[in-house]
Amino acid sequence: MSNREEKVLQISGVNPRKCMKCGKCSASCPSYDEMDIKPHQFVSYVLNGRTKALAESKSVEKCLACFACVERCPRNVEPAKIIDAARQLNVRQRYGDTLSANDIPSLIDEDTPQQLLVSAFRKYKR
Amino acid sequence: MQRIGVFVCHCGSNIAATVDVKRVALAMLSENGVVFADDYQYMCSESGQLKIAQAVKEHNLTGLVICSCSPRMHEATFRKAAEKAGINPYMVEIANIREQCSWIHKDIEQATQKAIILARAAVAKVNLNSPLIAGKSPVKKRALVIGGGIAGIQTALDIADAGFEVDIVEKTPSIGGKMSQLDKTFPTLDCSACILTPKMVDCAAHEKITIFTYSEVENVSGFVGNFTVDIKKKARYVDSAKCTGCGLCQEKCPSKKALSEFNCGLSNRSAIYTPFAQAVPNVPVIDPLQCIKLKTGKCGLCEKVCAANAIDYTQKDEIITREYGAIVVATGFDVINLDNYDEYAYSQSKDVITSLELERIMNAAGPTKGHLERMSDGKAPKNIVFVQCVGSRCADNKGKSYCSKICCMYTAKHAMLIRDKYPDVNVSVFYIDVRTPGKNFDEFYRRAVEEYGVNYIKGQVGKVTPEPDGSLTVHGVDLIDGRQVKISADMVVLAAAIEPNASVRQLATQLTASIDTNNFLTEAHPKLRPVESPTAGVFLSGVCQGPKDIPETVSQAGAAAAKVIGLLAKNELTTNPCTAHSDELLCNGCSACANVCPYGAISYQDKEVNDHGIRETRRIAMVNTALCQGCGACTVTCPSGAMDLNGFSNKQIIAEVDAICR
Repeated sequence: MSNREEKVLQISGVNPRKCMKCGKCSASCPSYDEMDIKPHQFVSYVLNGRTKALAESKSVEKCLACFACVERCPRNVEPAKIIDAARQLNVRQRYGDTLSANDIPSLIDEDTPQQLLVSAFRKYKR
Repeated sequence: MQRIGVFVCHCGSNIAATVDVKRVALAMLSENGVVFADDYQYMCSESGQLKIAQAVKEHNLTGLVICSCSPRMHEATFRKAAEKAGINPYMVEIANIREQCSWIHKDIEQATQKAIILARAAVAKVNLNSPLIAGKSPVKKRALVIGGGIAGIQTALDIADAGFEVDIVEKTPSIGGKMSQLDKTFPTLDCSACILTPKMVDCAAHEKITIFTYSEVENVSGFVGNFTVDIKKKARYVDSAKCTGCGLCQEKCPSKKALSEFNCGLSNRSAIYTPFAQAVPNVPVIDPLQCIKLKTGKCGLCEKVCAANAIDYTQKDEIITREYGAIVVATGFDVINLDNYDEYAYSQSKDVITSLELERIMNAAGPTKGHLERMSDGKAPKNIVFVQCVGSRCADNKGKSYCSKICCMYTAKHAMLIRDKYPDVNVSVFYIDVRTPGKNFDEFYRRAVEEYGVNYIKGQVGKVTPEPDGSLTVHGVDLIDGRQVKISADMVVLAAAIEPNASVRQLATQLTASIDTNNFLTEAHPKLRPVESPTAGVFLSGVCQGPKDIPETVSQAGAAAAKVIGLLAKNELTTNPCTAHSDELLCNGCSACANVCPYGAISYQDKEVNDHGIRETRRIAMVNTALCQGCGACTVTCPSGAMDLNGFSNKQIIAEVDAICR
């Protein structure tokens, strides 16, 4: 498994081997017709080393993160988390490794929500 | 001083390829008490056992250590060989150098070292072994079958045909179980009632079989061959001896609003009722929660119309105590509750039903007299969608982890029957996998597809939406076509997972029989002892042990009966001599051991003891050796070290540990 695949699994926390290929995710997906790679295919893209294609697919932007697939997956595979991880890969690629923990104190004031810091690290740290 | 012989088995290459067996034998010669050591290709073979007999004779051995496979495999073999050679069978110890050594190591040096240590421990134990004599206990020649479905019925018939008495305890008012609710059976499509009712009648007519319906097991005590069971006969309010089963009471009963359990709640029944027309016994019961007379004191109509004078509102629950040699659990299954799967709209629409409910709808004696109708408006459906694996094969804490095994086949059956009787109805089946192992099973499923035109769609349903016009929109996916599908259906049938009947948890506790995480009863060995519980004298029949269809249930029921017959045919049983006993000078009467004993084998007695010249009366633990199974829980619990186990004494175990740590 290449670095990219491992990264997706690490970010998403998904174990793709749990999938039993029932397709309930694709049956539940409101964006199905908009997607070029369908929710039930996310798992096999990662397992078969095609994460690059997944990250470059339309599906990355078309997933609404409604989590219907996560809610209904009988195997707890959580496909939405895979496509979100692929999206994260793109974001990190784009913004580079530009944030370090030492930068934080000068960037925040009392009103800064903690969540903003967390998402900043997700975007600007590889 | 013992004279110990050590025998190291090669087990072909199983052991010898990883363990230097000659070195193990040689090393044992310098151990305390060992006077003879040898190795051989197959110790369990006849010539291997002959070697043991010769060595016992030549070297006047008093104890044996066999370095071989797991004692679960061949301990009994070597104990028998020892007995034949004139040594007490409990003077034999097995050092497991196969499963616990050669199979799990690759390095010969390491494995050999470990085998020597394991053998050393066994030698240290044998040095402290003393001969044990197994006792005898008599066998009560009657069996109890708990559950009166097809599993219980078949088991009871087979035992009774062998000439032994059998009691069936069934908690509902009639025997018959789930099979009596089914319309047709796969893969032959013969009518379920037509093949079941003769068996029910056979049971009732058999002189060796006593049926207790509307009854439950209240308490179980005793042990294999000698169980004592309290059976609670719930008040029926109808005298079974007088009732002629004419049915007039049910007809006249003014309280008719209760939901029929037999029809899965799809129709009503009267307060006094038999669950179905062919009920055995054909004696109604009065539901006290529905009966106007029992609730308000007024009415009494059934009593007035009963020509046989069989109605008795004063009847009370009754406890019957009976003795049994063997107990068979045949408690069966239920369909899971679908609350966790509201995406399928089961609670929102009457037209979303389970497959068992469809069975009742298709049945001529069912709520619609066998006409395929929507439960909401009575209209004939034109589009029916079946959803497979609802709550089966789940890893999400909502459903069951296992495959329910019967759904693929009964769905093919339902689809086929509907297409046969109503060719204009479209039938679609959403499936994940179609699993059809079994004689003529796959052919059956293929017939549904090829001859009856059932539309099988590989994919799952995401949700079912009830529409204002009364139809149901099924949102699914067709993975082969690579598209989402929306089907406008009139009826959706869910193949809901099956689970063991809820009563099994309490029953397992009463019987000290173990259950798994899914509440299925555990078998003594998954392959080699599939119909026996690990608790001696308790046997398993039907779905209480795991999902299975009717042919499999009937085979297992027969197998359980054969095991029971084998047990009841004996006049007495050899008891395990490895039982616990307490040292009356050490016991402080704290009850810790009695609290942990899973067999209820420990009681207390006030006994006069002589403690170094001081005579006093003390409360002392006493072990009933007939009940004790030698599990050892009491010995590790006892805070004063008074409890000890024959054959596994604290001293012996410490000696083993010392030998390992040396």
